[in-house]
Amino acid sequence: MLAYVLRRLVATIPVMLIVAVLVFLMLRLTPSDPAAIIAGDNATSEQVAEIRKNLGLDRPILTQFVIWMRKTLQGDFGESFYFKKQVTELILDRVEPTLSLALVTIVLAVLVAVPLGVVAAWRHGGWLDRIVMGFAVLGFSVPVFVIGYLLIYVFAIQLNWLPVQGYQRIGLGVGGWLQRLVLPALTLSVIYIALIARITRTSVLEVMNEDYIRTARAKGQTEGRVLIRHALANAAVPIVTVIGLGVALLIGGVVVTESVYTIPGLGRLTVDAVLARDYPTIQAVILLFSFAYVLINLAVDIAYTFLDPRIRY
Amino acid sequence: MTIEALPGELARASPAARRRGTLRALARNPSVVIGAVIVAFLALVGLLAPLLGTIDPSEINPAFRNKRPGAERTIRESDGKETAFVHRFGTDSLGRDVYSRVVYGARVSLLIGVTVAVLAVGIGLFIGLIAGYIRWADGVVMRTMDGLMAIPAILLAMGVVSLSRAGLVAVIIAIVVPDIPRVVRLVRATVLTIREEPYVEAAITVGTPTPTLLVRHVLPNTVAPLIVQGTFICASAILIEAILSFLGIGIPPETPTWGNIMAEGRPLFRVYPHNIFYPGVCLAMAVLAINMLGDGLRDTLDPRFAKRV
Repeated sequence: MLAYVLRRLVATIPVMLIVAVLVFLMLRLTPSDPAAIIAGDNATSEQVAEIRKNLGLDRPILTQFVIWMRKTLQGDFGESFYFKKQVTELILDRVEPTLSLALVTIVLAVLVAVPLGVVAAWRHGGWLDRIVMGFAVLGFSVPVFVIGYLLIYVFAIQLNWLPVQGYQRIGLGVGGWLQRLVLPALTLSVIYIALIARITRTSVLEVMNEDYIRTARAKGQTEGRVLIRHALANAAVPIVTVIGLGVALLIGGVVVTESVYTIPGLGRLTVDAVLARDYPTIQAVILLFSFAYVLINLAVDIAYTFLDPRIRY
Repeated sequence: MTIEALPGELARASPAARRRGTLRALARNPSVVIGAVIVAFLALVGLLAPLLGTIDPSEINPAFRNKRPGAERTIRESDGKETAFVHRFGTDSLGRDVYSRVVYGARVSLLIGVTVAVLAVGIGLFIGLIAGYIRWADGVVMRTMDGLMAIPAILLAMGVVSLSRAGLVAVIIAIVVPDIPRVVRLVRATVLTIREEPYVEAAITVGTPTPTLLVRHVLPNTVAPLIVQGTFICASAILIEAILSFLGIGIPPETPTWGNIMAEGRPLFRVYPHNIFYPGVCLAMAVLAINMLGDGLRDTLDPRFAKRV
């Protein structure tokens, strides 16, 4: 088991390395000169050359890559052009809101989507199934920010139940933290719920015709136990796979949701960095999100062995 | 009602008859019909935008800012004649007519969706054929695609946008890049299966040159899955364009796109929700219709794929 985990961990290294190369090349493809951006409008060409030398931009590209990689591996992403701070510091500051939003969303989505999918499969072809499937198609099509504004309009402005925007650190009290996360998490979870509910329905439906389901029913198992113990347990692998793959959607949604609800997280930072053409920050955020995505999917791969004892490595 | 041709009969039928059979199957699929009708409607709206009672979508009118839907004003023509004009969807904070902007926005959004789909499918098809057929290229290409797929689509698009000045072309490229790996994988997988088929082996034996082989035997097999994939890419491209424009990093704000109209309405959303409501509904409707079309096409054209998802 441990050997398998290690082997899989090693297998992700090439992918991460390619992501790093792509992100590194991104900065080299910019039409604008980073040194000139840092130097500002009133800099002389000597000053720009000096900065270029300090950044190492005058060296051969391979040397630059090696230096950049070494620094990146040490967690040093350089200084932000725009915020004039160490990028690492900047990111650490923004991790908490994003992580909170993502975790609350995932928990909410799984808790809502899996039962919905199971019920839809159980009542296959009925009106409940149609409603769930209709919602799944709709959830994919309505943009995150439209859902966000709709929820703000209904729950914060018309009904006045929840705060409109903003974020409160968890250190200041779980109540206020959660209260401000309800609407953003609800917004972000719609597309995720659509995705998970759909795959849950399909995979539960697939196992419903298996012999062991018939056997379970024949021996007088209650319908609830049949659905959960026998159907869902055997349908778990594709569901967990989609939860992992859906993280890419979630990350895209985080960027938008944080902008709608003015949450000072990594998504908002990405937008600000792109607006300011702040390349060190853009690179760091893209790397970070991609690595998180790859690692989550690695965790999913490893989870298979626990979910399905038939899978052995 | 005619009796539906059995799959066996359909296979034996002439190509023209088979095509007619597919078309009939498509016309019977409610998802395809509803989706196609809505898409056709929106395309017509975009095409006929100047005839639909619109005014110049970028005309700024400082005296008529932030009017609610239904507000009336008189427009004085150059010959002195006055006509009443109703701002059906209200005006934005620069006094531009939201209805006109939404109608013209259909043009830009659909254009982007179709362009991105065509480009992504075209480029992906080319790279996929190479990766599937030229063994030494396969490793390099597929590892690069794995790397690209590890970067979440919106982030990759944002990264590409940041590389150049904001504009239509930059946005289209930014949306195309993350979609290419998906097409490449699909094409490569098809090529790898087809390559082992007896008729391809036969073609190789009789000395068919590789380009002819790819075009005559491999390409036709990729058409159905690519039409389906292209439809989904079109929907997601419209969505991503709206997201980028909404975040202020997409197409320049004076261009009427649904995302831009909503971006413009953001600061005053609490008081004037109409700036977000109307384009939001159109956007959701367009994406929903294209997704429904894609689902229907997948079920009819590509039954193997339908089973998987």
